Amino acid sequence: MPPTHYDVIIIGAGMSGLAAAIRLAYFDKHVLVLERHYAAGGLNSFYALGGYQFDVGLHAMTNYVPPGTRGAPLMKICRQLRLKPEDFALVPQYQSEIRFPGITLRFNNDFEFFIQEVIEHFPAQKDKFRRLVRCIQEYDELDLEAKPMSGRQIVSSFLTDPLLIDMLFCPLMIYGNAEERDMEFGQFVVMFKSIFCEGLARPREGVRRIINVLRRKVREVGGAVRMRCGVKALHVEGGRVRSVELDNGETLTADTILSSAGYVETLRLCDDGDAEQLAPLAGRLSFVEIISILDAPMGTLGHNTTIVFYNTEKDFHYEVPKDLVDPRSGVICCPDNFLYDKPLPKSVIRMTCLANFDGWSTLPEAEYMAAKAEWLPRIHREVLQFVPDFRDHIVFTDFFTPRTIKYWTGHLNGAVYGMPNKRKTGRTHLENLFICGNDQGFLGIVGATLSGISMANLHVLKK
Amino acid sequence: MTNDQIRQAILQIISVIAPDEDLTHVKSDVPLRDQLELDSMDFLDIVMELRKRYGVEVPEADYGQLASLDSCAAYLAPKLKDK
Repeated sequence: MPPTHYDVIIIGAGMSGLAAAIRLAYFDKHVLVLERHYAAGGLNSFYALGGYQFDVGLHAMTNYVPPGTRGAPLMKICRQLRLKPEDFALVPQYQSEIRFPGITLRFNNDFEFFIQEVIEHFPAQKDKFRRLVRCIQEYDELDLEAKPMSGRQIVSSFLTDPLLIDMLFCPLMIYGNAEERDMEFGQFVVMFKSIFCEGLARPREGVRRIINVLRRKVREVGGAVRMRCGVKALHVEGGRVRSVELDNGETLTADTILSSAGYVETLRLCDDGDAEQLAPLAGRLSFVEIISILDAPMGTLGHNTTIVFYNTEKDFHYEVPKDLVDPRSGVICCPDNFLYDKPLPKSVIRMTCLANFDGWSTLPEAEYMAAKAEWLPRIHREVLQFVPDFRDHIVFTDFFTPRTIKYWTGHLNGAVYGMPNKRKTGRTHLENLFICGNDQGFLGIVGATLSGISMANLHVLKK
Repeated sequence: MTNDQIRQAILQIISVIAPDEDLTHVKSDVPLRDQLELDSMDFLDIVMELRKRYGVEVPEADYGQLASLDSCAAYLAPKLKDK
Protein backbone atom coordinates (compact mmCIF):
# COMPACT_ATOMS: atom_id res chain seq x y z
CA MET A 1 0.00 0.00 0.00
CA PRO A 2 1.43 3.41 -0.91
CA PRO A 3 1.25 5.91 1.95
CA THR A 4 -1.82 8.10 2.06
CA HIS A 5 -0.35 11.00 4.04
CA TYR A 6 2.25 13.41 2.69
CA ASP A 7 3.99 16.51 3.96
CA VAL A 8 3.06 18.24 0.71
CA ILE A 9 0.78 17.31 -2.18
CA ILE A 10 1.39 19.27 -5.37
CA ILE A 11 -1.36 19.53 -7.95
CA GLY A 12 -0.01 19.55 -11.51
CA ALA A 13 3.27 18.32 -13.02
CA GLY A 14 3.99 21.50 -14.98
CA MET A 15 7.18 23.50 -14.59
CA SER A 16 6.11 25.11 -11.30
CA GLY A 17 4.84 21.89 -9.72
CA LEU A 18 7.93 19.90 -10.67
CA ALA A 19 10.24 22.67 -9.44
CA ALA A 20 8.41 22.87 -6.11
CA ALA A 21 8.63 19.08 -5.81
CA ILE A 22 12.40 19.14 -6.34
CA ARG A 23 12.93 21.79 -3.64
CA LEU A 24 10.72 20.05 -1.11
CA ALA A 25 11.91 16.49 -1.69
CA TYR A 26 15.56 17.62 -1.68
CA PHE A 27 14.98 18.99 1.81
CA ASP A 28 13.49 15.68 2.95
CA LYS A 29 9.81 16.53 2.67
CA HIS A 30 7.55 13.66 1.76
CA VAL A 31 6.13 14.94 -1.54
CA LEU A 32 3.62 13.70 -4.08
CA VAL A 33 2.84 15.38 -7.42
CA LEU A 34 -0.56 14.60 -8.93
CA GLU A 35 -1.04 15.07 -12.68
CA ARG A 36 -4.27 14.37 -14.53
CA HIS A 37 -2.71 14.20 -18.00
CA TYR A 38 -0.38 11.38 -19.14
CA ALA A 39 2.29 13.89 -20.20
CA ALA A 40 4.04 16.29 -17.82
CA GLY A 41 4.71 19.95 -18.58
CA GLY A 42 1.27 21.53 -18.26
CA LEU A 43 1.05 24.53 -20.59
CA ASN A 44 4.53 23.74 -21.90
CA SER A 45 4.23 20.20 -23.10
CA PHE A 46 4.50 18.00 -26.15
CA TYR A 47 2.55 15.50 -28.20
CA ALA A 48 2.84 13.25 -31.23
CA LEU A 49 0.46 13.36 -34.17
CA GLY A 50 0.62 11.89 -37.66
CA GLY A 51 4.01 10.40 -36.83
CA TYR A 52 5.49 13.81 -35.96
CA GLN A 53 6.55 15.36 -32.67
CA PHE A 54 5.13 18.69 -31.58
CA ASP A 55 5.85 21.13 -28.77
CA VAL A 56 3.12 23.21 -27.15
CA GLY A 57 3.81 26.39 -25.26
CA LEU A 58 7.50 26.83 -25.68
CA HIS A 59 8.48 28.67 -28.86
CA ALA A 60 11.68 29.70 -27.21
CA MET A 61 12.74 29.82 -23.63
CA THR A 62 13.07 33.41 -22.44
CA ASN A 63 15.56 34.54 -19.77
CA TYR A 64 18.50 33.00 -21.60
CA VAL A 65 21.91 34.18 -20.39
CA PRO A 66 25.27 32.74 -21.43
CA PRO A 67 26.88 30.28 -18.98
CA GLY A 68 28.71 32.11 -16.21
CA THR A 69 26.33 35.11 -16.05
CA ARG A 70 25.80 36.05 -12.42
CA GLY A 71 22.51 36.69 -10.67
CA ALA A 72 20.11 36.09 -13.60
CA PRO A 73 16.83 34.17 -12.99
CA LEU A 74 18.07 31.20 -15.04
CA MET A 75 21.11 30.93 -12.74
CA LYS A 76 18.88 31.29 -9.67
CA ILE A 77 16.70 28.35 -10.67
CA CYS A 78 19.74 26.22 -11.49
CA ARG A 79 21.19 26.88 -8.03
CA GLN A 80 17.92 26.31 -6.26
CA LEU A 81 17.25 23.03 -8.09
CA ARG A 82 20.89 21.87 -7.88
CA LEU A 83 21.04 21.70 -11.67
CA LYS A 84 23.65 22.97 -14.09
CA PRO A 85 22.60 25.38 -16.87
CA GLU A 86 24.19 22.91 -19.31
CA ASP A 87 21.58 20.32 -18.29
CA PHE A 88 19.01 22.22 -20.35
CA ALA A 89 21.29 22.25 -23.43
CA LEU A 90 20.02 25.69 -24.43
CA VAL A 91 20.94 26.99 -27.86
CA PRO A 92 20.66 30.77 -28.39
CA GLN A 93 18.46 32.34 -31.05
CA TYR A 94 19.79 33.81 -34.27
CA GLN A 95 17.77 37.03 -34.40
CA SER A 96 14.16 38.08 -33.92
CA GLU A 97 12.02 40.96 -35.11
CA ILE A 98 9.12 43.17 -34.10
CA ARG A 99 7.40 44.16 -37.35
CA PHE A 100 4.80 46.90 -37.66
CA PRO A 101 3.70 48.58 -40.90
CA GLY A 102 6.79 50.15 -42.45
CA ILE A 103 9.10 49.55 -39.51
CA THR A 104 11.11 46.67 -38.07
CA LEU A 105 12.97 46.50 -34.77
CA ARG A 106 15.42 43.62 -34.58
CA PHE A 107 16.71 42.05 -31.39
CA ASN A 108 19.05 39.25 -30.44
CA ASN A 109 20.55 38.12 -27.14
CA ASP A 110 22.75 41.23 -26.91
CA PHE A 111 20.65 43.95 -25.26
CA GLU A 112 22.90 46.76 -26.56
CA PHE A 113 21.98 45.76 -30.12
CA PHE A 114 18.29 46.29 -29.33
CA ILE A 115 18.95 49.66 -27.69
CA GLN A 116 20.77 50.77 -30.85
CA GLU A 117 17.87 49.55 -33.02
CA VAL A 118 15.42 51.61 -30.97
CA ILE A 119 17.65 54.70 -31.09
CA GLU A 120 18.18 54.37 -34.83
CA HIS A 121 14.46 54.11 -35.62
CA PHE A 122 13.24 56.48 -32.92
CA PRO A 123 16.04 59.05 -32.54
CA ALA A 124 13.74 61.53 -30.77
CA GLN A 125 13.03 58.94 -28.05
CA LYS A 126 16.70 58.19 -27.35
CA ASP A 127 17.08 59.72 -23.87
CA LYS A 128 13.54 58.86 -22.87
CA PHE A 129 14.12 55.22 -23.79
CA ARG A 130 17.38 55.10 -21.85
CA ARG A 131 15.58 56.49 -18.78
CA LEU A 132 12.86 53.84 -19.15
CA VAL A 133 15.52 51.12 -19.38
CA ARG A 134 17.16 52.41 -16.20
CA CYS A 135 13.80 52.38 -14.39
CA ILE A 136 13.20 48.79 -15.58
CA GLN A 137 16.63 47.61 -14.53
CA GLU A 138 16.24 49.09 -11.06
CA TYR A 139 12.74 47.65 -10.50
CA ASP A 140 12.58 44.71 -8.08
CA GLU A 141 10.15 42.35 -9.80
CA LEU A 142 10.65 39.70 -7.13
CA ASP A 143 8.98 41.86 -4.47
CA LEU A 144 5.86 39.82 -3.68
CA GLU A 145 4.19 42.74 -1.87
CA ALA A 146 4.43 45.24 -4.76
CA LYS A 147 1.17 47.04 -5.63
CA PRO A 148 -0.11 46.54 -9.21
CA MET A 149 0.41 49.56 -11.49
CA SER A 150 -0.62 50.26 -15.10
CA GLY A 151 2.25 49.45 -17.44
CA ARG A 152 0.88 51.64 -20.22
CA GLN A 153 0.64 54.60 -17.86
CA ILE A 154 4.19 54.23 -16.58
CA VAL A 155 5.76 53.53 -19.97
CA SER A 156 3.87 56.53 -21.42
CA SER A 157 5.35 58.73 -18.70
CA PHE A 158 8.78 57.98 -20.21
CA LEU A 159 8.09 57.56 -23.93
CA THR A 160 6.05 59.91 -26.11
CA ASP A 161 5.90 58.01 -29.41
CA PRO A 162 2.82 55.74 -29.39
CA LEU A 163 4.32 53.55 -32.13
CA LEU A 164 7.40 52.73 -30.07
CA ILE A 165 5.21 52.06 -27.03
CA ASP A 166 3.08 49.61 -29.01
CA MET A 167 6.15 47.96 -30.53
CA LEU A 168 7.55 47.33 -27.05
CA PHE A 169 4.28 46.05 -25.64
CA CYS A 170 3.53 43.75 -28.61
CA PRO A 171 6.05 40.94 -27.97
CA LEU A 172 5.88 41.32 -24.19
CA MET A 173 2.10 41.04 -24.14
CA ILE A 174 1.91 38.17 -26.61
CA TYR A 175 4.55 36.23 -24.65
CA GLY A 176 3.18 36.79 -21.19
CA ASN A 177 0.26 39.09 -20.43
CA ALA A 178 -2.95 37.88 -18.84
CA GLU A 179 -4.65 41.26 -19.02
CA GLU A 180 -6.50 42.78 -21.97
CA ARG A 181 -5.20 46.08 -23.43
CA ASP A 182 -2.96 47.04 -20.51
CA MET A 183 -0.20 45.11 -18.73
CA GLU A 184 0.70 45.35 -15.07
CA PHE A 185 4.02 47.21 -14.81
CA GLY A 186 5.72 44.47 -12.77
CA GLN A 187 4.80 41.93 -15.46
CA PHE A 188 6.03 44.32 -18.14
CA VAL A 189 9.37 44.53 -16.33
CA VAL A 190 9.62 40.74 -15.95
CA MET A 191 8.92 40.22 -19.65
CA PHE A 192 11.14 43.12 -20.79
CA LYS A 193 14.09 41.72 -18.87
CA SER A 194 13.45 38.14 -19.91
CA ILE A 195 13.15 38.87 -23.65
CA PHE A 196 15.21 42.02 -24.33
CA CYS A 197 17.78 42.30 -21.52
CA GLU A 198 18.33 38.54 -21.39
CA GLY A 199 17.27 36.58 -24.43
CA LEU A 200 15.82 33.62 -26.24
CA ALA A 201 17.13 30.08 -26.54
CA ARG A 202 15.82 26.59 -27.08
CA PRO A 203 17.06 23.07 -26.45
CA ARG A 204 17.52 21.25 -29.75
CA GLU A 205 15.12 18.57 -28.49
CA GLY A 206 12.52 21.19 -27.54
CA VAL A 207 10.51 21.33 -24.36
CA ARG A 208 10.92 17.58 -23.72
CA ARG A 209 14.48 18.23 -22.68
CA ILE A 210 13.45 20.67 -19.96
CA ILE A 211 10.64 18.48 -18.67
CA ASN A 212 12.89 15.41 -18.63
CA VAL A 213 15.59 17.24 -16.67
CA LEU A 214 13.04 18.30 -14.06
CA ARG A 215 11.39 14.88 -13.83
CA ARG A 216 14.71 13.11 -13.49
CA LYS A 217 15.66 15.46 -10.67
CA VAL A 218 12.35 14.91 -8.86
CA ARG A 219 13.06 11.16 -8.93
CA GLU A 220 16.67 11.61 -7.89
CA VAL A 221 15.74 13.56 -4.74
CA GLY A 222 12.98 11.15 -3.79
CA GLY A 223 9.79 12.93 -4.85
CA ALA A 224 6.86 10.90 -6.15
CA VAL A 225 4.82 11.73 -9.26
CA ARG A 226 1.54 10.06 -10.17
CA MET A 227 0.45 10.56 -13.78
CA ARG A 228 -3.14 10.16 -15.01
CA CYS A 229 -4.17 10.95 -11.51
CA GLY A 230 -6.45 13.97 -11.32
CA VAL A 231 -7.79 15.68 -8.21
CA LYS A 232 -11.56 15.59 -7.98
CA ALA A 233 -12.08 17.60 -4.80
CA LEU A 234 -10.37 19.26 -1.88
CA HIS A 235 -12.38 18.62 1.29
CA VAL A 236 -12.33 21.61 3.61
CA GLU A 237 -12.92 21.72 7.35
CA GLY A 238 -12.11 24.47 9.83
CA GLY A 239 -10.28 26.70 7.34
CA ARG A 240 -7.98 23.90 6.14
CA VAL A 241 -7.89 21.33 3.40
CA ARG A 242 -8.48 18.10 5.34
CA SER A 243 -8.24 15.65 2.47
CA VAL A 244 -7.65 15.33 -1.25
CA GLU A 245 -10.06 13.19 -3.23
CA LEU A 246 -8.77 11.78 -6.50
CA ASP A 247 -10.68 11.07 -9.71
CA ASN A 248 -10.31 7.36 -8.98
CA GLY A 249 -12.05 7.69 -5.61
CA GLU A 250 -8.91 7.40 -3.48
CA THR A 251 -8.43 9.83 -0.59
CA LEU A 252 -5.07 11.27 0.46
CA THR A 253 -4.07 13.75 3.14
CA ALA A 254 -1.26 16.30 3.38
CA ASP A 255 -0.07 19.02 5.73
CA THR A 256 0.22 21.46 2.83
CA ILE A 257 -1.31 21.57 -0.64
CA LEU A 258 0.44 23.51 -3.40
CA SER A 259 -1.68 23.84 -6.52
CA SER A 260 -0.61 24.88 -10.01
CA ALA A 261 -4.09 24.27 -11.42
CA GLY A 262 -4.88 28.00 -11.41
CA TYR A 263 -6.43 30.10 -8.62
CA VAL A 264 -10.08 29.90 -9.64
CA GLU A 265 -9.62 26.33 -10.86
CA THR A 266 -8.18 25.35 -7.46
CA LEU A 267 -10.90 27.08 -5.44
CA ARG A 268 -13.50 25.28 -7.55
CA LEU A 269 -12.06 22.01 -6.26
CA CYS A 270 -12.74 23.11 -2.66
CA ASP A 271 -16.10 22.04 -1.24
CA ASP A 272 -16.49 24.93 1.22
CA GLY A 273 -18.36 27.47 -0.82
CA ASP A 274 -19.60 28.76 -4.08
CA ALA A 275 -16.49 29.17 -6.19
CA GLU A 276 -18.59 29.83 -9.31
CA GLN A 277 -18.83 33.48 -8.30
CA LEU A 278 -15.04 33.65 -8.72
CA ALA A 279 -15.26 32.64 -12.39
CA PRO A 280 -15.09 36.27 -13.63
CA LEU A 281 -11.60 36.52 -12.09
CA ALA A 282 -10.26 33.90 -14.50
CA GLY A 283 -8.11 35.03 -17.41
CA ARG A 284 -9.61 35.16 -20.89
CA LEU A 285 -6.66 35.47 -23.24
CA SER A 286 -6.04 32.44 -25.36
CA PHE A 287 -4.54 31.61 -28.70
CA VAL A 288 -4.77 29.40 -31.74
CA GLU A 289 -1.58 27.89 -33.02
CA ILE A 290 -0.81 26.37 -36.40
CA ILE A 291 2.21 24.10 -36.47
CA SER A 292 3.40 22.91 -39.86
CA ILE A 293 6.10 20.35 -40.55
CA LEU A 294 8.09 21.44 -43.62
CA ASP A 295 10.25 19.46 -46.05
CA ALA A 296 12.93 22.18 -45.89
CA PRO A 297 14.05 24.62 -43.21
CA MET A 298 12.85 28.21 -43.62
CA GLY A 299 16.52 29.19 -43.95
CA THR A 300 16.66 27.58 -47.39
CA LEU A 301 13.80 29.88 -48.43
CA GLY A 302 15.82 32.86 -47.24
CA HIS A 303 14.22 33.33 -43.81
CA ASN A 304 16.70 33.07 -40.94
CA THR A 305 14.76 35.05 -38.35
CA THR A 306 13.99 33.07 -35.20
CA ILE A 307 10.78 34.78 -34.13
CA VAL A 308 8.70 37.49 -35.78
CA PHE A 309 6.21 39.40 -33.64
CA TYR A 310 4.00 41.12 -36.19
CA ASN A 311 1.22 43.66 -36.27
CA THR A 312 -0.43 44.67 -39.54
CA GLU A 313 -2.34 47.75 -38.38
CA LYS A 314 -1.33 51.11 -37.03
CA ASP A 315 -2.43 50.28 -33.48
CA PHE A 316 -1.75 47.05 -31.65
CA HIS A 317 -4.83 45.36 -30.18
CA TYR A 318 -4.30 42.91 -27.35
CA GLU A 319 -7.76 41.73 -26.36
CA VAL A 320 -10.12 38.80 -26.79
CA PRO A 321 -11.11 38.96 -30.47
CA LYS A 322 -14.79 39.31 -31.41
CA ASP A 323 -14.19 36.82 -34.20
CA LEU A 324 -12.76 33.32 -33.62
CA VAL A 325 -9.24 34.56 -34.37
CA ASP A 326 -7.54 37.95 -34.62
CA PRO A 327 -4.92 37.43 -37.34
CA ARG A 328 -3.95 41.13 -37.41
CA SER A 329 -1.14 40.42 -34.97
CA GLY A 330 0.70 37.33 -33.85
CA VAL A 331 3.92 35.38 -33.67
CA ILE A 332 5.78 33.39 -36.31
CA CYS A 333 8.36 31.07 -34.81
CA CYS A 334 10.90 29.05 -36.79
CA PRO A 335 12.41 26.52 -34.37
CA ASP A 336 15.07 25.72 -37.02
CA ASN A 337 16.52 29.22 -36.65
CA PHE A 338 18.51 28.75 -33.47
CA LEU A 339 22.29 28.41 -33.54
CA TYR A 340 22.42 24.58 -33.34
CA ASP A 341 25.53 22.62 -34.20
CA LYS A 342 23.44 20.40 -36.49
CA PRO A 343 20.04 20.97 -38.13
CA LEU A 344 16.76 19.80 -36.61
CA PRO A 345 15.57 16.38 -37.80
CA LYS A 346 12.27 17.95 -38.97
CA SER A 347 11.74 21.53 -40.05
CA VAL A 348 8.88 23.39 -38.47
CA ILE A 349 7.03 26.71 -38.60
CA ARG A 350 4.63 27.83 -35.88
CA MET A 351 2.08 30.64 -36.12
CA THR A 352 0.17 31.92 -33.11
CA CYS A 353 -2.71 34.42 -32.95
CA LEU A 354 -5.16 35.64 -30.30
CA ALA A 355 -8.37 33.63 -30.28
CA ASN A 356 -11.81 33.61 -28.71
CA PHE A 357 -12.38 30.71 -26.30
CA ASP A 358 -16.16 31.00 -26.14
CA GLY A 359 -16.41 30.99 -29.92
CA TRP A 360 -14.27 27.90 -30.39
CA SER A 361 -15.67 25.97 -27.45
CA THR A 362 -19.32 26.29 -28.43
CA LEU A 363 -18.90 25.11 -32.04
CA PRO A 364 -20.32 21.65 -32.81
CA GLU A 365 -17.64 19.21 -33.98
CA ALA A 366 -18.28 19.52 -37.75
CA GLU A 367 -18.30 23.32 -37.62
CA TYR A 368 -15.23 23.29 -35.40
CA MET A 369 -13.28 21.42 -38.08
CA ALA A 370 -14.73 23.68 -40.77
CA ALA A 371 -13.67 26.78 -38.80
CA LYS A 372 -10.09 25.51 -38.63
CA ALA A 373 -10.15 24.93 -42.42
CA GLU A 374 -11.48 28.46 -42.92
CA TRP A 375 -8.98 30.20 -40.62
CA LEU A 376 -5.85 28.42 -41.83
CA PRO A 377 -5.63 30.34 -45.15
CA ARG A 378 -6.69 33.57 -43.46
CA ILE A 379 -3.81 33.32 -41.01
CA HIS A 380 -1.43 32.32 -43.82
CA ARG A 381 -2.44 35.42 -45.75
CA GLU A 382 -1.32 37.70 -42.89
CA VAL A 383 1.79 35.73 -42.06
CA LEU A 384 3.00 35.67 -45.66
CA GLN A 385 3.55 39.43 -45.46
CA PHE A 386 6.48 38.63 -43.16
CA VAL A 387 7.95 35.32 -44.31
CA PRO A 388 8.62 33.72 -47.72
CA ASP A 389 5.82 31.54 -49.08
CA PHE A 390 6.40 28.13 -47.50
CA ARG A 391 3.07 26.54 -48.39
CA ASP A 392 4.48 24.20 -51.07
CA HIS A 393 6.80 22.76 -48.42
CA ILE A 394 4.15 21.77 -45.90
CA VAL A 395 4.04 18.02 -45.25
CA PHE A 396 1.76 18.02 -42.21
CA THR A 397 -0.20 20.62 -40.26
CA ASP A 398 -1.76 20.63 -36.83
CA PHE A 399 -4.04 23.44 -35.64
CA PHE A 400 -4.92 23.80 -31.99
CA THR A 401 -7.39 26.18 -30.42
CA PRO A 402 -8.33 27.54 -26.97
CA ARG A 403 -10.63 24.53 -26.66
CA THR A 404 -7.66 22.17 -27.09
CA ILE A 405 -5.73 24.10 -24.42
CA LYS A 406 -8.63 23.90 -21.94
CA TYR A 407 -9.07 20.19 -22.61
CA TRP A 408 -5.44 19.27 -21.94
CA THR A 409 -4.52 21.73 -19.18
CA GLY A 410 -7.80 22.32 -17.37
CA HIS A 411 -7.15 26.08 -17.41
CA LEU A 412 -10.45 27.97 -17.64
CA ASN A 413 -11.05 29.71 -20.98
CA GLY A 414 -7.84 28.07 -22.26
CA ALA A 415 -6.16 31.11 -20.66
CA VAL A 416 -2.48 30.52 -21.24
CA TYR A 417 -1.25 33.30 -18.94
CA GLY A 418 -3.76 32.79 -16.15
CA MET A 419 -5.73 35.53 -14.48
CA PRO A 420 -5.02 39.27 -14.72
CA ASN A 421 -4.82 39.94 -10.98
CA LYS A 422 -1.97 37.75 -9.82
CA ARG A 423 -1.85 36.33 -6.28
CA LYS A 424 1.81 37.00 -5.74
CA THR A 425 1.95 35.67 -2.20
CA GLY A 426 0.31 32.42 -3.34
CA ARG A 427 -2.08 32.53 -0.37
CA THR A 428 -5.70 31.44 -0.50
CA HIS A 429 -8.50 31.67 2.09
CA LEU A 430 -7.36 28.29 3.47
CA GLU A 431 -4.33 28.20 5.74
CA ASN A 432 -2.66 25.15 4.16
CA LEU A 433 -3.58 25.70 0.51
CA PHE A 434 -1.29 27.77 -1.72
CA ILE A 435 -1.05 28.35 -5.43
CA CYS A 436 1.99 28.39 -7.69
CA GLY A 437 2.51 28.81 -11.43
CA ASN A 438 0.63 31.13 -13.77
CA ASP A 439 -1.75 32.75 -11.30
CA GLN A 440 0.97 33.37 -8.73
CA GLY A 441 2.63 35.68 -11.18
CA PHE A 442 5.89 34.51 -12.73
CA LEU A 443 5.36 33.46 -16.33
CA GLY A 444 7.25 31.53 -18.96
CA ILE A 445 9.32 28.43 -18.30
CA VAL A 446 11.92 30.10 -16.12
CA GLY A 447 9.22 32.18 -14.43
CA ALA A 448 6.96 29.21 -13.68
CA THR A 449 9.92 27.30 -12.31
CA LEU A 450 10.85 30.25 -10.12
CA SER A 451 7.23 30.43 -8.96
CA GLY A 452 7.29 26.80 -7.78
CA ILE A 453 10.60 27.39 -6.04
CA SER A 454 9.55 30.58 -4.27
CA MET A 455 6.21 29.20 -3.10
CA ALA A 456 7.89 26.02 -1.79
CA ASN A 457 10.45 28.16 0.02
CA LEU A 458 7.97 30.68 1.43
CA HIS A 459 5.14 28.40 2.51
CA VAL A 460 6.89 25.16 3.43
CA LEU A 461 10.65 25.37 3.88
CA LYS A 462 10.84 28.72 5.70
CA LYS A 463 8.26 27.65 8.27
CA MET B 1 33.00 20.28 15.41
CA THR B 2 35.84 22.74 15.82
CA ASN B 3 35.49 26.28 14.48
CA ASP B 4 37.75 25.33 11.60
CA GLN B 5 35.61 22.33 10.74
CA ILE B 6 32.53 24.54 10.80
CA ARG B 7 34.16 26.98 8.37
CA GLN B 8 34.98 24.03 6.08
CA ALA B 9 31.45 22.67 6.39
CA ILE B 10 29.99 26.05 5.37
CA LEU B 11 32.30 26.24 2.37
CA GLN B 12 31.29 22.71 1.42
CA ILE B 13 27.62 23.74 1.59
CA ILE B 14 28.25 26.84 -0.52
CA SER B 15 30.02 24.71 -3.13
CA VAL B 16 26.83 22.65 -3.50
CA ILE B 17 24.51 25.67 -3.57
CA ALA B 18 26.66 27.78 -5.88
CA PRO B 19 28.94 25.46 -7.87
CA ASP B 20 29.73 28.37 -10.20
CA GLU B 21 31.51 30.34 -7.46
CA ASP B 22 35.28 30.13 -6.93
CA LEU B 23 35.78 29.47 -3.22
CA THR B 24 39.56 29.16 -3.11
CA HIS B 25 40.21 32.69 -1.84
CA VAL B 26 37.26 33.29 0.47
CA LYS B 27 38.40 35.30 3.51
CA SER B 28 36.86 34.10 6.73
CA ASP B 29 36.53 37.52 8.37
CA VAL B 30 34.86 39.27 5.40
CA PRO B 31 31.09 39.00 4.77
CA LEU B 32 30.35 36.24 2.26
CA ARG B 33 28.08 38.58 0.31
CA ASP B 34 31.01 40.95 -0.31
CA GLN B 35 33.07 38.16 -1.86
CA LEU B 36 30.52 35.95 -3.57
CA GLU B 37 27.34 36.40 -5.58
CA LEU B 38 24.90 35.09 -2.96
CA ASP B 39 21.30 36.30 -2.65
CA SER B 40 18.67 35.76 0.02
CA MET B 41 17.57 32.51 -1.64
CA ASP B 42 21.13 31.22 -1.33
CA PHE B 43 21.29 32.17 2.36
CA LEU B 44 18.02 30.35 2.96
CA ASP B 45 19.72 27.34 1.37
CA ILE B 46 22.69 27.53 3.72
CA VAL B 47 20.22 27.35 6.59
CA MET B 48 18.29 24.51 4.94
CA GLU B 49 21.47 22.52 4.26
CA LEU B 50 22.56 22.96 7.90
CA ARG B 51 19.25 21.49 8.98
CA LYS B 52 19.45 18.67 6.42
CA ARG B 53 23.04 17.70 7.21
CA TYR B 54 23.43 18.42 10.92
CA GLY B 55 19.91 18.81 12.26
CA VAL B 56 20.70 22.39 13.30
CA GLU B 57 17.89 24.95 13.39
CA VAL B 58 18.68 28.57 12.60
CA PRO B 59 15.70 30.85 13.27
CA GLU B 60 15.10 33.57 10.69
CA ALA B 61 15.97 36.27 13.25
CA ASP B 62 19.50 34.81 13.42
CA TYR B 63 20.24 34.69 9.67
CA GLY B 64 22.43 37.77 10.14
CA GLN B 65 24.80 35.68 12.27
CA LEU B 66 25.79 33.76 9.12
CA ALA B 67 27.35 36.78 7.41
CA SER B 68 30.97 35.60 7.32
CA LEU B 69 32.72 32.26 7.85
CA ASP B 70 34.00 33.47 11.22
CA SER B 71 30.59 34.65 12.40
CA CYS B 72 29.11 31.32 11.21
CA ALA B 73 31.68 29.44 13.27
CA ALA B 74 31.08 31.58 16.38
CA TYR B 75 27.30 31.29 16.09
CA LEU B 76 27.16 27.59 15.19
CA ALA B 77 29.90 26.29 17.53
CA PRO B 78 27.58 25.71 20.52
CA LYS B 79 24.94 24.11 18.27
CA LEU B 80 27.48 21.81 16.60
CA LYS B 81 29.76 20.99 19.51
CA ASP B 82 28.59 17.36 19.68
CA LYS B 83 28.43 16.76 15.93
